[in-house]
Amino acid sequence: MNVEALIDGLFKGDIISTTRLISLIENDFLKAEEISRRIYPHTGNAHVVGITGPPGVGKSSLVNKLALGWNKRGKKIGIIAVDPSSPYSGGALLGDRIRMREITGIEGIFIRSMATRGSLGGLARATRDAINILDASGMYDVVIVETVGAGQSEVEIMRVAKTVVMVLCPGLGDEIQAMKAGAMEIADIFAVNKADKPEAIETVNDLERMLDYEGLNEGKAGWMPSIVSTSSTMNTGIDELVNKIEEHQEFLANMTSEEFHEKRAAMELIDTLITKIENEAIKKAKESPVYNELIKKIVEKRIDPYQAADIILKEYMQSSR
Amino acid sequence: MFDSSFIERIKKEKKEWQEDIPKNIFEKTNSSSIPIKLIYTPADINHLDYENLGFPGNYPFTRGVHKTMYRGRPWTMRQFSGFGTAKQTNQRYKYLLSEGETGLSVAFDFPTLKGYDSDDPISLGEVGVCGVAIDTLQDMELLFEGIPLDKVTTSMTINAPTPILFSMYLAVAEEQGISWDQVGGTVQNDALKEFIAQKSFIFPPEPSVKLVIDVIEFCTKNVPRWNPVSISGYHIREAGATAAQELAFTLSDGLTYVSKTIERGLDVDAFAPRLSLFFCAHNDFFEEIAKFRAARRMWARFMKERFGATNERSLWMRFHTQTSGVALTAQQPENNIVRVALQALSAVLGGTQSLHTNSFDEAWQLPSEKAVTIALRTQQIIANESSVTSTIDPLAGSYYIEWLTDKIEEEAMKYIDRIDNMGGMIEAIKKGYPQREIANSAYEFQKEVDNKKQIIVGINQFKDEQEELEIPRFKVDPEVEKTQLKKLKQIKENRNHEKVLRYLNELKKATERDENIIPYVVNSVKAYATLGEIISILKEVYGVWREERVFA
Amino acid sequence: MEFGERNACLLEELIMKRIKVLVAKPGLDGHDRGAKVICRALRDAGMEVVYSGLEQTPEQIVNAAIQEDADVIGLSILSGAHRAILPTVTKLLSEKGITDVLVIVGGIIPTDDHLFLKQHGIAAIFGPGTPLKNAVEYIRENVSKDRVH
Repeated sequence: MNVEALIDGLFKGDIISTTRLISLIENDFLKAEEISRRIYPHTGNAHVVGITGPPGVGKSSLVNKLALGWNKRGKKIGIIAVDPSSPYSGGALLGDRIRMREITGIEGIFIRSMATRGSLGGLARATRDAINILDASGMYDVVIVETVGAGQSEVEIMRVAKTVVMVLCPGLGDEIQAMKAGAMEIADIFAVNKADKPEAIETVNDLERMLDYEGLNEGKAGWMPSIVSTSSTMNTGIDELVNKIEEHQEFLANMTSEEFHEKRAAMELIDTLITKIENEAIKKAKESPVYNELIKKIVEKRIDPYQAADIILKEYMQSSR
Repeated sequence: MFDSSFIERIKKEKKEWQEDIPKNIFEKTNSSSIPIKLIYTPADINHLDYENLGFPGNYPFTRGVHKTMYRGRPWTMRQFSGFGTAKQTNQRYKYLLSEGETGLSVAFDFPTLKGYDSDDPISLGEVGVCGVAIDTLQDMELLFEGIPLDKVTTSMTINAPTPILFSMYLAVAEEQGISWDQVGGTVQNDALKEFIAQKSFIFPPEPSVKLVIDVIEFCTKNVPRWNPVSISGYHIREAGATAAQELAFTLSDGLTYVSKTIERGLDVDAFAPRLSLFFCAHNDFFEEIAKFRAARRMWARFMKERFGATNERSLWMRFHTQTSGVALTAQQPENNIVRVALQALSAVLGGTQSLHTNSFDEAWQLPSEKAVTIALRTQQIIANESSVTSTIDPLAGSYYIEWLTDKIEEEAMKYIDRIDNMGGMIEAIKKGYPQREIANSAYEFQKEVDNKKQIIVGINQFKDEQEELEIPRFKVDPEVEKTQLKKLKQIKENRNHEKVLRYLNELKKATERDENIIPYVVNSVKAYATLGEIISILKEVYGVWREERVFA
Repeated sequence: MEFGERNACLLEELIMKRIKVLVAKPGLDGHDRGAKVICRALRDAGMEVVYSGLEQTPEQIVNAAIQEDADVIGLSILSGAHRAILPTVTKLLSEKGITDVLVIVGGIIPTDDHLFLKQHGIAAIFGPGTPLKNAVEYIRENVSKDRVH
């Protein structure tokens, strides 16, 4: 697969090149680095919006309506939808696409499903890279990333998206209380979906109370988290949500603080460094002549995993001299 | 039921009797995950109260809804059929009637089932293939040409487009000079199970249910001999549900329709007598019989206790059965004749009011004339030669059957309670609950087949290694699509355009006003508006439903 | 990984490339029991499965296959409309220059039509009674090696 040709195609707006590059970046670590080198300078065009929230709130349907809303305004949308890989088989059922049937096939909307492949935190390993590809192509005004949607542990999205929308819905009650720290803190905008249900107004009130109470509106560089009521079934509140997201985008654009941008860059650097180390570590471990022996020793409890890891690490350091 | 010292003795003797039987013989669960004992004794039915069984025709009707059952009147032999053009299907109907079939059952093609005309681009390749193509009233006229609708009852397997097809049938009856109160038959009209299993839904759940109630209301007032809904479990079972799930989800659907109709303002005893059900007859012979008996008892109880019905006829669970299609194999197809016979027998022993037996070539194609005749003969042999019809509910009192009837009722109630707690079937469907349960059961079953825990003759055992699977193509005339398109074009050219537009417009307004739309649909079909045109109007008002909660 | 083996994947197994399959039901046929069962089976066999649902047109199927960069397209059809619909799918794929995607079919296809379908780009047909592992093994053995390295 000729990476150069694909990258050419990417910049020309060829969908097949785009999608093949995403696959390469997902599957081939060496090629992933080559691709990243070439495309990274071209990123920064698209506004990256993260959509997260607990299961069953209607994230995918909301993404579907958001994409439509933007599409009506003449904007082009790329969507990355993440679903969990089975920790046993390694396979995955990628079920977000089927919830976006209204928009599949619309010119100017691209949907890609990705499996987490062991990554925790709500995103797939290669999500950041996939976003960069869509961004670098220059074809998309907005890239929407829909997280797995398991709720509390999903904070990864904030490292990758510029605007984080947390989707909630009536009837969650206890869940909102439980999500106080972590997931709730990362949201720039709260979308209370299923606004057509009478209990929705209570959810909005609960949220407002919590935001005032907990001082959650600090530390977000001066932006006050907003609440928007939406209903993907009734198609209400979508325009408001789009407007709010664009408002946030404006807000960020006007932030000249170097510190803000540098912090994000630092996050990206460390994340990538850790990924590289992980990949290397696995490779080296498998290549080590004593690997199998170490495994046996661990099973027999003659050595503990730290000692085993040290041995491999020493090997690696010696061999790279 | 028995003397307690007798029971103690039986229990003791059973224990001794079991001692030298290897342990692994004991472990057996059936397809509904109910553990089945090696042997049943009086101890298993000691709690049985004859009051909870009742005599046939008496509450709670476990033993049967009628006092004389088959001695008074055999079940209706009603073979589901349809293919190609209306004219071709008309010929098959005349053949079946002449061969002794006692009722008609219409199978429509996919475009018709989903509300598309034959000339819609999405209908390409599907016109007349899986059933008969009906686009306008003219097709309906041809379908029943020469068949007196006051002498024959017809069951139409149609769901979302029921208002249209039903209106067409009424119009044809009128043309034959028959008044609506003389017309008898059934429309399936069961929207909820479409979302759960058959998937030929069109509109979202709420408007779909509204249309179901429209038909019930209209029939109660104007077509009193008609069964306006066939609350179906067959498709739910075929999609992978267990017997307990089939029973539970079907009854839950029924409970929803009853409560919605009462909400509409009808008195339960006015419409309930005409509600009918439709179950599957699957392979587990005794479980199916138990299921039918439990269904009767549960339905009667719900109607009496939940809805306060006082008319006896409101409590009768009358049902049609079809033998299981999914249980048939493409390999060694003649074996299917045996499968169908056993399944049909279980339906008869379960007291079904009407029965469809599948043809042995069903796994390949729509049935050939030879195959459908054997299927019909199967019923005739059971009815006339086996003598099982001599007595009502012959298996009552069997330790196993009575125990299993109670057990399957218990299992089904667990599901019904769960659905009630979710807020009813419509909510459960939106949450994806029954769909998920069915998909899980289907997957578990397939794994059991692949692991040989469940043997299917000819598939994973007793295979014919030399067998070369020759699936023939059912000779649906390729000209069918062309003929239908030509006919449709002609109708559209020759009809009164102004009238069609006017009636469609009135229909739209009535739909928006949330009125009962049937009278408006009747007018539209009489003016030769097409199925697709009428459905489009409804889509404009109701929107369409896309299945989304598939795996989670 | 066989069905039912309940040992957690090693990290390197989790992060490796998986065969990606798009399962679709073209046409008006709504009988999706088989399609859903095969989705579960493929996922339990370690593949990444996108189920695109009912009433899919050939254009929608190909569009989804491209965006997902599917290695395999699995089509489930029992309505008899296969002769009309399936060749359109393979034709669209080749028009887009896609030549290395495995297209397989499950359902009820008359024997007479097998050759016709194979001539129109369908790699294999899995009829009634096929054990799940046959489909799984077939995919593993026949998926394009370039795609999977």
